[in-house]
Amino acid sequence: MNYVKRLTLLSMAALGLTIFGSASAVNNMDGGPAVHQLNFQTPVTSIAADIYVLHNWMIGICVAIFLAVFGVMFYSILKHRKSLGHKSASFHESTTVEIAWTVVPFLIVVLMALPATKTVVAMKDTSNADITIKATGMQWKWGYDYLKGDGEGVAFLSALSTPRDQILGVAPKGDNYLLEVDHPLVVPVNKKIRIVTTANDVIHAWGVPALGVKQDAIPGFVRDTWFKAEKVGTYRGNCYELCGKEHAFMPIVVNVVSEEDYAKWVAEQKKAMAANADDPNKTWTVAELATRGEKVYAANCVACHQANGKGVPGAFPALDGSQMVNGPQEGQIAILLNGKNAMPSWKGTLSDTEIAAVITYTRNNWSNKADDNIVQPAEVLAARK
Amino acid sequence: MSTTLDHAHGHADHAHDDHHPHGWRRWLYATNHKDIGTLYLWFSFTMLLTGGVLALGIRAELFKPGLQLFQPEFFNQLTTMHGLIMVFGAIMPAFVGFANWMIPLQIGAADMAFARMNNFSFWLLPPAAILLVSSFLMPGGATAAGWTLYAPLSTQMGIGMDMGIFAMHIMGASSIMGSINIITTILNMRAPGMTLMKMPMFAWTWLITAYLLIAVMPVLAGAITMTLTDRHFGTSFFNAAGGGDPVMYQHIFWFFGHPEVYIMILPAFGIVSQIIPAFARKPLFGYASMVYATSSIAILSFIVWAHHMFATGMPVTSQLFFMYATMLIAVPTGVKVFNWIATMWQGSMTFETPMLWAVGFIFVFTMGGFTGLICAITPVDIQLQDTYYVVAHFHYVLVAGSLFALFAGFYYWGPKWTGFMYNETRGKIHFWASLITFNVTFFPMHFLGLAGMPRRYADYAAQFTDFNMIASIGAFGFGLSQVYFLFFVVLPSIRGGEKAAAKPWDGAEGLEWTVPSPAPFHTFETPPTVK
Repeated sequence: MNYVKRLTLLSMAALGLTIFGSASAVNNMDGGPAVHQLNFQTPVTSIAADIYVLHNWMIGICVAIFLAVFGVMFYSILKHRKSLGHKSASFHESTTVEIAWTVVPFLIVVLMALPATKTVVAMKDTSNADITIKATGMQWKWGYDYLKGDGEGVAFLSALSTPRDQILGVAPKGDNYLLEVDHPLVVPVNKKIRIVTTANDVIHAWGVPALGVKQDAIPGFVRDTWFKAEKVGTYRGNCYELCGKEHAFMPIVVNVVSEEDYAKWVAEQKKAMAANADDPNKTWTVAELATRGEKVYAANCVACHQANGKGVPGAFPALDGSQMVNGPQEGQIAILLNGKNAMPSWKGTLSDTEIAAVITYTRNNWSNKADDNIVQPAEVLAARK
Repeated sequence: MSTTLDHAHGHADHAHDDHHPHGWRRWLYATNHKDIGTLYLWFSFTMLLTGGVLALGIRAELFKPGLQLFQPEFFNQLTTMHGLIMVFGAIMPAFVGFANWMIPLQIGAADMAFARMNNFSFWLLPPAAILLVSSFLMPGGATAAGWTLYAPLSTQMGIGMDMGIFAMHIMGASSIMGSINIITTILNMRAPGMTLMKMPMFAWTWLITAYLLIAVMPVLAGAITMTLTDRHFGTSFFNAAGGGDPVMYQHIFWFFGHPEVYIMILPAFGIVSQIIPAFARKPLFGYASMVYATSSIAILSFIVWAHHMFATGMPVTSQLFFMYATMLIAVPTGVKVFNWIATMWQGSMTFETPMLWAVGFIFVFTMGGFTGLICAITPVDIQLQDTYYVVAHFHYVLVAGSLFALFAGFYYWGPKWTGFMYNETRGKIHFWASLITFNVTFFPMHFLGLAGMPRRYADYAAQFTDFNMIASIGAFGFGLSQVYFLFFVVLPSIRGGEKAAAKPWDGAEGLEWTVPSPAPFHTFETPPTVK
């Protein structure tokens, strides 16, 4: 017995140590969850603030009812026991009581629903936005297109920037682990931002708790939501709809900046975009394209087809030795443009040059030696039509 | 064995008790409601442990942030299959097992109405379960689209998805047949004098549940059949590129899915409504209002489905309608809780294990009810949708609700099934261990959800670590409690123990207690008369 006790104590201590050990290692995340956070994240929009208040109010009512109802129950459990010699009464009906405890909860429920109604109506009012941004969910990153307002024309992709080593536990995890991206969404403070969501492949959901926003991104459809951040800062969110294997690895980061900083950022983006634009009619060499393609592959393809090109048997086909990759190039161009089964369509995500580059890369890498070992951007452009 | 004994010592009216096949034939050709009930219960317990192992896999991976044990694609298979197995393999068949055992005994019928169909409804389940579980071994693994199988993610899955769809078709057919049997039995085979409004609450709740099943299982079958044809035959029901709509899948699914929630909880209400009066030694308070409340919940369950879909972006009027309708459900559910407490009030209560589970059920299930009410508020739901708060909420109603009531029912009616009393101390250990570890597992998930941790994530921000660790520790404790239940409560109580009296609970009422324990193979061959 003593031995068992000692063992239990020992394991409890070990457990405590692990828990304590982990707690001391992380700090609160700026614009994300705090360590041991018990309630919603600090709201920075009026909607998020409404939700926060609404929820506290609901908790208050629920706890009050809970205490009252279970106070009665536990009183009864303590007093009306056979072991205390309590004799059972025989009543088993009372229409008055039944009516009372139908009507009173009904009124309470109405009381709860009324303030919520106002917030629902406000949440759905996406009119008169200062800036409209399209957020496109894709396996597994977000694409942002500034459609209207300041910054119109800016477009970029936003993907997880947490290094793989941290996920695999090789490197220590940073404070922003899994809630950091390479290109955050940037918006000005105190402006109504309308987010239009859609998706390329499966349903995703664009949600940022501090902004009080969560909207599914549905392939083939557009939906919208809005927020007006009242404080400069960085706010973090996630994809909230199961979207396949890397679902946990496509976070959202929104940088809310002052109006001047926003104008500066827009100017930088436009300059960078102009510099990066490729001429689809340029003729490339195999080596040039393959070098470029390696980067495209690492950013877009490696999650499924793997770095060794072997794919995942049964789920994601191998490219190494694949007939598709070593055969006529039309087939491979078509599958990249249009997708097939789990393979998404890259038509909207990758440029002609990028598609040509990645195809050329796969045709000359691993054990692949395709006869047709180069695809020029112009050929992709032609296939698009 | 015991039947031969009965025969040797036998009463004249039990003389033909052993006129049934022995060995495997007894089970494969079973047409006796008690045997089929037993089969259902063992099947569902096996699935409970299977689904439980998957859950522990999930909790083991989530013990720490980072990817330790599983790749995300396998993690998604675990969450999906855990849900499917628990809903369709564990909880639903367990209640059908209870219905088979208890409804004929409660209403004074000799057996179920369609004995051979009853056999078929059970024997459909093992092939379905094999299909479902063996899909893990297929190329690409089991389906990883979540138990809701949302399109178009479901079209990206491998053959495991098709196996899952066929498994659900078969299980649905089994449920429909089971429901037809239950409805026919209840409506036609009640003992003389047992009017509907004199019927035990468990039979009442099952009657209503059976109608829900018949109404919604075909809807699920339709949804997954459309998924199947989208996957293989080029249709575009849920594919926008072909003129379909992925959100339509969700509407159809949840039109099944929300009544499904009540399919899993109404019989639980029935079990609790039998146990509370028995141990309070006082008749059920507000019997008629209990029947009306159950019916209201069933009817309302058909007009609230889209509260699962607030984040899909419905028009404001739909959001308001589904918010109001959902909140209305709190009213009849509240009536039930109040009635149970009024039944306890001024009673003469004892707290044997069935009563502990029943009280535990009311207490913990109500917490799940409150979080349900909170999730019904659309703006709050927008924050909580697809976070761990929802995971906490539905485990409070499905585990602390349905599963706890099933345990309560086992301890209450088990002596009638086995003829032996279970060990009271061990029953209590099982109760307290389960109650505590359940809350250790799921209570912290409320905080995780409020702070924004999404569900179905193989990995999470390091700030969420401690609550996840606590939840994982609780989950393993809960799992072990159920292993304890199997080896220290169930198996010993089948093998022997204190002989159970025909009516082991002095406050219990109903026809099931008028037959000996264990209930003989054939009961009520001449119907009893109810005054």
